[in-house]
Amino acid sequence: MSKAKITTKKKTTTKKTKEKTRFDGRKANELRPLKIESSVLPNADGSAYIEMGRNKILVGVFGPREMHPRRFAKPNEATLRCRYHMSPFSVDPRRSPAPSRRDTEIGMVMNWAIEPAVFLEKYPRSVIDVYAEVLEADGGTRTACINAATVALVDAGIPMRDLVSSCAAGVIDGQIVLDLGDYEDKEGEADVPVAYLPKLGKITLLQMDGILPIKVFTDCVDLAIDGCLQINEIQREALKKKYGISEEAEE
Amino acid sequence: MASKSGIVSRLKRRKIQEVLGAGNRMDGRALDEYREITLKTGPMEKTSGSAEVTIGKSRVLVGVKVQIGSPFEDTPEKGVLMCNAEFTPIAHPTFEPGRPGENSIELARVVDRGLRSAEILDFGKLSLIDGSAVYMVFVDIYVLSYDGNLFDAAALAAIAALKTAKRPVHTVKAGVITLTKKTQALKILRSPLAVTLAKIGDTFMVDPTADEEEVLDARLTVAFDEDGNICTIQKGGSDGITTEELHKALELAQVKAAELRKHL
Repeated sequence: MSKAKITTKKKTTTKKTKEKTRFDGRKANELRPLKIESSVLPNADGSAYIEMGRNKILVGVFGPREMHPRRFAKPNEATLRCRYHMSPFSVDPRRSPAPSRRDTEIGMVMNWAIEPAVFLEKYPRSVIDVYAEVLEADGGTRTACINAATVALVDAGIPMRDLVSSCAAGVIDGQIVLDLGDYEDKEGEADVPVAYLPKLGKITLLQMDGILPIKVFTDCVDLAIDGCLQINEIQREALKKKYGISEEAEE
Repeated sequence: MASKSGIVSRLKRRKIQEVLGAGNRMDGRALDEYREITLKTGPMEKTSGSAEVTIGKSRVLVGVKVQIGSPFEDTPEKGVLMCNAEFTPIAHPTFEPGRPGENSIELARVVDRGLRSAEILDFGKLSLIDGSAVYMVFVDIYVLSYDGNLFDAAALAAIAALKTAKRPVHTVKAGVITLTKKTQALKILRSPLAVTLAKIGDTFMVDPTADEEEVLDARLTVAFDEDGNICTIQKGGSDGITTEELHKALELAQVKAAELRKHL
């Protein structure tokens, strides 16, 4: 995208946050538009498509299936294997399709975020592959991937202790805001992605970029958890839709 | 993809051939009948152009990006076209993450050859500073779901994405390149489309499914331009075809290419 465009947006951000709204018109504690759909891939055991802001991500789950190579199989439980990958056209400028160091790290933290929610002990010696393909990136892809991966795992029929929900909070111009988009991510002072298990009350992803005093940081975490709880509802809706459960039927 | 010599494949092959013997296919299609095709242009906002094509359960997304790069040494005054294909592991249980395999490289190269031979672009007009800065057109083929016939889906998605692509416009003054706010369409001069035929036993059929591709003896992909000229051919599979079969196959492929063109 053009450099000129980025500069204009940045100016707007600065101006608008003073009026307590953000460049895309959101309030500080407001999520981007979020859409989750399950069972979207015919060849995967479970799948989900998420649009979180302009992020567009497909996640496919395969397994539990036989682990290759066999020596990596754990005798007492299944191995969760998350892979994060971005399409070459997901960002500007085009990126190489070869996995980057960043992709590898995100795959690993996705694993840690999701693992505590999965009954891995039910499937010893097997592997559950979770493949996240970022088709378009707009900031906060790791949190969006975790949200979609959770729905895809449930779609695959894998028993879960909880639905993992994930969202970032951060600081822009001194103000704590929820669910940072691409521009905010780049221009802000700090970014704190969080994944949360609402039933178990556990934080399973926690990272931070930037400089923050402790109080502000913990406020960010609290706001991010608020966001996670909202996302949890949307994940539940996506799954209910899949099983044809409507709001009325439940009541 | 599973090997043809596997027991499951042999059983599959026997069943497919048995049905073919009565002139039918496993999914009830006629031999010259495509599955349902859908085409959507522009699903990806951060690309210069994009298109998503489904043929049955196969689904291919193509993103086109136009950016500035260095020309090749042997064509210093010409823009560059690059085709790349990724088989994502979400597309099929047998697709594994990692370096591109021979199938994805073949797919990218066959689509690339079709576009290049048809001379879809006037590459001479895509130079900013001869010898150092030209427009590079990246065509990235992203396979999201595999159920056979990726060639036809990718070729259709690629040309549809290119036809709707808008490139950035730059000005050059005293050797300095400046980006303007303008964009302009890539002027696409020709539109090659690929048709793939599978040969199982002595029978030819269009638009093979994953099962049909797994057991086929030979495969023929032919790309045609809008005048019905052949732009590229790729023969695959481990059996040969006779000249009579080739003539018939080309005739059928040409008719089918014209039908496919209605989706553009």
